[in-house]
Amino acid sequence: MLDVAVSYNRYKFIGYEFLTWLWFVVESEQNLIKNYLPHSASIQVGNRIKLENHRNQNLETITIKGDEAGLEEGILALRKGALVTELNILYETQNLVWQFTIRGESLNIGNLKTQIAGPLEKKENIDEQILEKADQYDGVIKLVDHLYKNFIMLRVSTDWEEKTVVKIKNWIFS
Amino acid sequence: MGILSSTVSITLYKVDGELEQPILENLRKGLKKNVISEIDGQVSEKVAGWTLFDSPYKPDFTGSSHVVGNYFVFSLRIDKKVLPGKIIKKHTVIETEKRLNQVGRGYLTANEKKMIKDHVLNILNLRIPSTPNIYDLIWNYEASSLWFFTNLKGANEELETLFLKSFNLRLIRLFPYTSADITAGLSDKEKDVLLKLSPSVFWS
Repeated sequence: MLDVAVSYNRYKFIGYEFLTWLWFVVESEQNLIKNYLPHSASIQVGNRIKLENHRNQNLETITIKGDEAGLEEGILALRKGALVTELNILYETQNLVWQFTIRGESLNIGNLKTQIAGPLEKKENIDEQILEKADQYDGVIKLVDHLYKNFIMLRVSTDWEEKTVVKIKNWIFS
Repeated sequence: MGILSSTVSITLYKVDGELEQPILENLRKGLKKNVISEIDGQVSEKVAGWTLFDSPYKPDFTGSSHVVGNYFVFSLRIDKKVLPGKIIKKHTVIETEKRLNQVGRGYLTANEKKMIKDHVLNILNLRIPSTPNIYDLIWNYEASSLWFFTNLKGANEELETLFLKSFNLRLIRLFPYTSADITAGLSDKEKDVLLKLSPSVFWS
């Protein structure tokens, strides 16, 4: 395996492309995204997107945040060559909603807000509290893992350049 | 931010290898070997070690509170003394003047200046209490996965070092390349493609 520091820096663009693809499928390919989710679950873009443009040697950062924020600026940034570096996600399954941010270069999960079925202090003991929280984190981690696996299988296939990149371009310039 | 906080950040790891049998005993040994030690009243500036999730200031790994269901749950504690720069400067100036009077010269050598600075830091570190920072983790032993509840670079580096030292097991951070290479189930041919990937162009 490659050296950790080398592979982290050399391939962080894959994480940015993952988030750019994820935004695209959430916005334009709802039928496709349903295949990646548990039954009756849904995901939406949340209240924050961060994009970075590394073209022309100068780093340009665009952050769009706020519950009512329009995402047009983000599309405009994609047209200029930016990629998504952080994406906030709203994930809903039946009666529960999670909100969290995926960071492209590390695949770290940040600002994860979970819902608990009842107040923690009323749980019988600390083990029960931990297990309930762990179950919630597991759901989110599995979702991100599953989405990333589907993305990477596509990314190393010929379909990526031949079909997906074309579709993403059409979405960006539509 | 801890496991039970309303908002958390998580760094994901793959644990490379397994503990020797008996697992729980060797886990406990590893934790006890590098349990957090107190540095208050000592010259040490920083210390990192394991502590209990439910008793972070009085860790005692003789019980089994670090085993919860199928998970191992414990915390990394990093204690650090934070000395304000202005206090260091004040004491260095005082000590420098004292030394200049002693040597009867109008200047100090580089070595003397360094000795004064080290002396000041040692004296202040003896007097200042350390600030503890606690980062929880959940180790799913059967799945060889570990969730570390912070994204802070320094804390993650301490975790990786201490984990190897304690359990003789390497933690592999799961970022885009390692996640694709280790956990995505790619074939050898697909891994070759992965190695040669270059950025796609969406803007032209």
